[in-house]
Parts: sequence; C-alpha cells; structure tokens
Amino acid sequence: MSIDNAHDHEVVEEEFTDPGVPEYHRPRRADLDPKAARKAELQTAALFGLSIIGTVMAIWAWATGSVSSENIAETQRTTMLIGLGIFLAMIGIGTGAIHWAKTLMRDHEMIEERHPMRSSDEAREGAIEKLKDGAKDSGVGIGRRGLLKGSLITALAIAPLAVLVPAVGNMGGDWDVSKLKHSMWRQGMRLTKDPSGEPIKASDVTIGSVFHVIPEGLNDLEHHKLEEKAKAVVLLVRLDPRDLNIQPGREDWSFDGIVAYSKICTHVGCPVALYEQQTHHLLCPCHQSTFDVANGAKVVFGPAKRPLPQLPIAVDDEGYIVAQSDFHEPIGPSFWERLK
Amino acid sequence: MTDTKTLPTATRLNRAAGATANWADERTSIGAFTKFLARKIFPDHWSFMLGEVALYSFIVLLLSGVILTAFFVPSMDFVHYEGEFAQLKGVEMSKAFESTIHMSFEVPGGLLMRQIHHWAALIFTAAIVTHMARVFFTGAFRKPREINWLIGFTLMILSLAAGFTGYSLPDDVLSGNGLRIIDGVIRSIPILGSYISYWLFGGEFPGEALIPRMFTAHILLIPALILSLIAVHLFLVFLQKHTQYPGPGRTDKNVVGLPLFPVYTAKAGGFFFVVFGVIALLGALFQINPVWNYGPYDPSPVSAGTQPDWYMLFIDGGLRIMPGQVEVVLWGYTLSLNILIPAVIMPGLFFGFLALYPWIESWATGDRGERHVLDRPRNAPVRTGIGVALITFYVVLVLEGSNDIVANLFRLSINDLTILFRIAVFALPVLAFWVTKRIAMGLQRKDRELVLHGHETGRIVRFDNGEYIEVHEPLSDEERWMLVSYQNLKPRELAPEHNEHGVRRKGYRWDRFKAALSRFYYEDRVEPVTPAELHEAHEHHKAEIEGMAARSEAHSAARADAAADKAPADA
Ligand code: HEM
Ligand code: FES
Repeated sequence: MSIDNAHDHEVVEEEFTDPGVPEYHRPRRADLDPKAARKAELQTAALFGLSIIGTVMAIWAWATGSVSSENIAETQRTTMLIGLGIFLAMIGIGTGAIHWAKTLMRDHEMIEERHPMRSSDEAREGAIEKLKDGAKDSGVGIGRRGLLKGSLITALAIAPLAVLVPAVGNMGGDWDVSKLKHSMWRQGMRLTKDPSGEPIKASDVTIGSVFHVIPEGLNDLEHHKLEEKAKAVVLLVRLDPRDLNIQPGREDWSFDGIVAYSKICTHVGCPVALYEQQTHHLLCPCHQSTFDVANGAKVVFGPAKRPLPQLPIAVDDEGYIVAQSDFHEPIGPSFWERLK
Repeated sequence: MTDTKTLPTATRLNRAAGATANWADERTSIGAFTKFLARKIFPDHWSFMLGEVALYSFIVLLLSGVILTAFFVPSMDFVHYEGEFAQLKGVEMSKAFESTIHMSFEVPGGLLMRQIHHWAALIFTAAIVTHMARVFFTGAFRKPREINWLIGFTLMILSLAAGFTGYSLPDDVLSGNGLRIIDGVIRSIPILGSYISYWLFGGEFPGEALIPRMFTAHILLIPALILSLIAVHLFLVFLQKHTQYPGPGRTDKNVVGLPLFPVYTAKAGGFFFVVFGVIALLGALFQINPVWNYGPYDPSPVSAGTQPDWYMLFIDGGLRIMPGQVEVVLWGYTLSLNILIPAVIMPGLFFGFLALYPWIESWATGDRGERHVLDRPRNAPVRTGIGVALITFYVVLVLEGSNDIVANLFRLSINDLTILFRIAVFALPVLAFWVTKRIAMGLQRKDRELVLHGHETGRIVRFDNGEYIEVHEPLSDEERWMLVSYQNLKPRELAPEHNEHGVRRKGYRWDRFKAALSRFYYEDRVEPVTPAELHEAHEHHKAEIEGMAARSEAHSAARADAAADKAPADA
C-alpha cells in the first residue's frame, strides 16, 4: 500500500507553493533520431512543392479556362479550378511551415519576466517635472492661463463644425421630409400592372386573384422612379363581396369586392406580397406581420402595428380601375411626424 | 580583400544579408528593435489562434477586396442588361448590379474573388466573435487589458459595419430589402429619424447616393479604421505581453512559452497561409450570394425566406419577436417602440454591457492587481454563467430571425413558434445562467475531490477481513498546482454608512451597489483546497486505512486463535 506520507511530519503551510516550470522535456522523434529529422525535412519540402504545383495550376486554369454569361457552368468550372490552385498554393506553404515548426523547431518552453505596466515612481516624477517645465515655458502667467485654456478648448471643440455642418448639410438632398407623406397617386390615375404598365380592367380581376400594381406613368418618369415606386406600389385583390368587411367611412373606396392596399409593410417597409386566398391574409416575408385583407388590412399577427393604408379606387368609363386620390395617410414604416 | 567569387555561396549570401542589415540599421536602428522582438516569448494554446484567424481573414479581405474594386462600378445609374444571361436579358438595373454580374460571369476568376471575399467576411466576423468569447470566458480583459478589450469591441462593431456595407454594394433585391429595413429602423428614431434617413440616402429612400457613399465607407473609411485599430490592438498585445493559461511556474509576473523567431514566425506565418487556403477552398467550391438569381433591386418584388448575413440575424430576430401593440402616438407624434426596442435599444444595451464588462466585473472584485494568468472558465462561475446567458439570448434571437426555417424544420406554425420565443428570450438566458453556474461549481468540486483524494487507479486492495479499498494515486505537485492556484475571490466588505462622527459617508450608495454586485458574484463559491485541508484528508485517509489494517489484523489474529483453539481438539 502506498499512501502519500510526504505531509506527515511537516509544518502545514498557509498556501501551496508553485512547483515551477517543469524541467523535463519529452523529446520528439526527430530530436532523437536523425533519420526521423531527415524525414520531417523531406515532408516539409514536399508540402512546399505542393504549393508550387498549386500556383502553376491556378495560372494554367486562368489561362485556359473559359467563361460565359450564357452558360454559367463554364464560368463556375473555371472559378473552381483557379480556386483549387490558390488553395493548394496557400495550404502547401502553411502546412509546410507548421510541420517544420512542430517537428524540428524548439518545443521546450522558455520563461520571460514581466514588468508591471506602471512606470516607476522616478519616471512618473520625471514626467511631471517635464510637464511643469513645459508649462513654465509656455510664456503665460498663472492668472491668464484660464482665459487661454478656455478659448483654445472652445475653439478646438467647435472647429470641426466648420467642416461638418456644410458637409452634413449637403448630404440630405433637399431635406424635405414631407415627401415621405405623399405618393404619386392622383385622382383618375389608372392602376397598371407591375412591371409592364398595362392598365387593369375591373372585369379581368377575378375573385381570389392578386395584382401587383404600379401607377400609370411610373415607367416614364425620368427622375426618382425608384423612390416613387417605393411609395406607390399597391396590391389589388378581389374578394367575394360577402367576405369583405368594409370599414366605416370607406364605403366607396372599393369596387365590387376589389380592394387596393399599399404593398409597403407598416412595420419597417418590406414589400408585403404573400397572399393566402382562403384566409384573405397578407403575409410580410420579412418579419411575418400578417394583415387581414377582408378586414381593412388590419394586423392580425406580428410586429407591425398599423393596417396597410388603403388606396381608394373606382372604375372609369372604359372599365379600367383608377385611383380616387392619393392614400389618405403616409404609407410604410412609422416616423415621428407622420401624423403632423 | 578576398575575391568574393571564390567564397562559398552561403558565405556570400551571409555577407550580402549583413550588408543589407547594416544599411537598414544605420538608418532606422532596426537592430535594437530586432533584439527586443526576435526572441519575445509567446504562450501557446489553440484558443489564442482565434484572434489570428480574424487578423488573417482581414488580410484576405483586403487582398480580394482590392481586386474587386478593379471591376465594380459604384453607381446607381440605370442601364439595360446586355449580357447573355437569360434570366436578366433586357432587365433594367443599376450599374453596380450590372458590374457585379459582369465580373461574376465574364471575368475569369472574378466570381472566385467575389466568393473568396464573401467567405472571408463571414469567417472574419465569426472569428472576431469567438475571439471575443475566448477573451471573455478566460478573463483576459482584466487589468491591464481593459483598453484592449474596448479596442477589440470597437473592431467588432466595425466588422459588422464592414460586412453590412459590403453586402449591400451589389444592389440586388435581397440586400436592397435589408437597406429598406435599416431605413425603417432609422425612421423610428424620435424627432431626428426622417432627417437621419435623408442624410444617409441623400433624400428619399433609395435615392441615388447610397451605393457610392457606402462604397467609400466600405473600401476606405472602415478598413482604414480597422487597420489602425488592429495596429494599436497588436501593439498592446506586445507591450503587455500575452496572457497565459494557469500551470506550474506560470505567474502574473512571467510569461512561459516559445520564442517569436523562429517558432511563431513559422507557426503564425504558416497559419496565415492555411487560413487563406481554406478561404480559397470555400470560395472555389461553395457558391455564396448568387445575386444573379435574386435580380436587381426593385422596391416591389420579394423573395420568401430572405435572410441577412448571420451577424445581422439577431436584430432581425428582435424585430420579428416584438409584438406590434407597443407603437404609441403621443400628442400627435408617433413613437414606434415596436421597432425602437428591438432594433435600437436592445442592441444598444447588449453591446453597451459588453463594452463595459471589464469595469462591471472590477466593481465586483475590487481587484487592483495586474492579472496575466487566465481563469479556467469553471473558476469564475458567475462570469461564465453571464457569458453563456448572453450567448443564449443571442442564439434565441438568431433562431427567431430564421423562424420560417425553424418552423419548417419542426413543422410548427410560425406564429406559435414566435410566441414560444417571446417567452424563451427571457426565460432561457436566466436558465442558462443558473445551469452554467451550477455546472461550473460542480466541476470545481470535482477538482477539489481530485486534489483531496487523488486519482482513482482502479487497483483494489482486499484486506484479510474482506474489506476492500481502492488505491488512490496522489496528484503530482504540478497537477495539484493547476487545480488549487486560482484566485479565491470573496464578496467585498461594505464599510459602515456613517463614519465615527455619525456623518453619512460620501459614496456610500455606490459602495453598497458594488458590495451587492460582489455578493452576486462571489457569495456562492467553491474555495480551492488549502494545504491544511489536504493534510487533514491525508490524516483521515491514513486513519481509515490504519483502522482497516487493525481490524484486518485483529481478524486474522482471531482466525489464527480460532485455528489454534480448534487444533488441539482435532489432535
Ligand atoms: C478586427 C478584429 C480583431 C483582430 C484582427 C484581433 C486580433 C487579435 C490578435 C491576433 C490577438 C493576439 C492573439 C489572441 O489572443 O488571440 C488579439 C488579442 C486580444 N484581443 Fe483581439 N482581435 C480583434 C477583435 C477583438 C475583439 C472583438 C475583442 C473583444 C472585445 C478583442 C480583445 C482582445 C484582447 C483583450 C486581447 C489580448 C488577449 C490576451 O492577451 O490574452 N479583440 N487580438
Ligand atoms: S417589414 Fe413587414 S413585418 Fe417587418
């Protein structure tokens, strides 16, 4: 039975003592056997050789590979071959160097002392002396220092504004944030298909069908086409009029079960586009706000708070669907002054 | 003068090297610098490579990024696609998108560089986050490394900014929707929201300014900041010397390891090429961000299952999980708490807590010394618990950010899943904290057992009287040191509220807060074994064995007696 008796008659210490970095060092094969060392050397060289092959391969693949936008598989093959070449070129050097380090280089740990980060008292005093000397040399009497300091600090603090105010001031375009509240919809403007711009006849809208809509004339805009589109896109749906629960005050905003709602989510603005016929639910794919089209597009689930704004529609003499006006409230995500 | 031609090559090379070194040193004192640097000692551990992975993938990002700038056109002007790719023929798109398609399909190696760049970005962000976790769980942020923690933290935020601006450059429909979401989030900021949005987009969303602006940020501003902060970060690592894991001979006053030259020059230098190689392999074999399938940005179409890059998912998860009811209108002004809370306040608190963590913990410890020996995570159970709780919180939000995929996987309804996650996001981090803390303390108790009773050897000794005992091998001094040498932190004492004159002490409330925090951290603790305890355990053990031996002897003696008693009868 071997029981540790070492502590038997000792005075027991307060704390254990650090045994220190072990002296022993387990030798590796290459440390003992010159043949093993030679082998490790050869292996390392072979890995570096692999890298050279990789470099050649990458250049060869680039020079001989073909690319094509018609048949992208060709481009993809060239991509793969060049990439594999680069992979070999890099991994050969990397594994070679690491192999060398692990088999042949020193692996017996060494010790280095640390010194506290804090400077010595002498150095600190020296620093203070220097600063005092400097302050003396600054040529300003004690009494007036406050004035100089104050004015300098103020000047430094506000000087960036000389650059920043004009720079930032230029960056917001016309800063007319009231544009967020209006879209290009006007009375009598036809609802047209996105992206073709064909007008839509009320008779073409069958029950359950969905149309992605842009305003007539959007495609011809010279400027700000995307900005206008981002506000004006609408989803047009026809429900069985018996299913449609018309909201008070909006009795004449729809036509025979056809309703038009803004397609921009009232949460943070993704296009709401997944329509479920049976439930009449519109789902926003971004964060799954769910709007009930049969019920004024009110939110039934998810992080949006407000219903999708409704676009009042009518049918013109030729049977095309037209807008009665712009939306009656700002579309899309909320913002501080949206109701002002 | 010897004729150099007659010298062996090696000598000639040495001479040339010597001359070059002399030339450089006479102009830069590089000799002194090399003397200081070449044999600097670095400790070894696999987890120290995480920061290196971040560094190397950043270099790969710079290299591949420079190549991309040669082909990318940062412009939102419209063009009609004129290439041969069937799906896009005649489609109107920005030059940014068109140039991306062109470089992907028609520049040999262009697609490769795009894919390498994107994979490098994912690995970069992942490496930074795991590196940060390693620094957190081992306590490497303690004095004197608080500044480096803050620099690292800033690097993490910058890496997210770099990723997001880069992701948005191709102007495809996926990243465009991501920007749309950012715009929605910005607009929710009270009072200034609309103006900040106008400032960023140069007017209304999407505008024509954003891509050129993001391009400058992505290729100049952010990389320059990252590069300079990396320089300071690494300078501080050299100045303060790397931390080391606990072990025999490793103290707060030394560093035990291997020299920079040649060992780490080879290992770390080699490792750069390994990281580069692996990223090249990913870029060669795995398609990433095939923007030609998504199409150019258009505010109207959507694709279901849109997903931002992984590092933005948690904000998306936050947006998904928040019920909409909390948007309120006050005096006619709209306050969208349903967006502000998950996308502004929550990340603010989360990142703020991370940034300040070194100070929060130092309030609890009151420790003023330099700490260069790392903690094993089990020896800081509350810190480890907090870390796991934060990760759990993050993961719940990431999962919620992909709730459509998760719901599909488990055949749940998205709505039920979201409701479940609304509970989980509060409950699971608390649970994770509690469980982790228990596990850590359990491991500490096991360490104590090991120190006190030694290793089980599996060798059983049977005494004559039939009692068994397993032989325990005592620990070597080195092994024991590893298990007993951790800092035994105790709750801080709170000085009384009033001083001897009965006057209320200034700063008492602050002290009381720190004391409470300290109790939270260190009230429950498993203390390291002391020599006295070990001594007692040995005494106890010995007594037990002596007892057994005595009983066994008595037993054998009794048997012998009995045998002796019996013998005459038999005779
Ligand atoms: C651009 C991103 C980053 C790069 C390139 C980078 C690189 C490195 C490298 C190479 C090291 C030395 C090796 C190591 O311990 O892993 C290091 C150490 C360190 N890093 Fe980072 N890092 C980055 C981000 C971060 C972040 C996000 C944090 C935490 C908030 C952080 C905190 C630290 C600290 C405290 C050390 C000293 C560790 C010690 O001495 O034990 N770094 N970094
Ligand atoms: S943008 Fe529609 S739910 Fe978030």
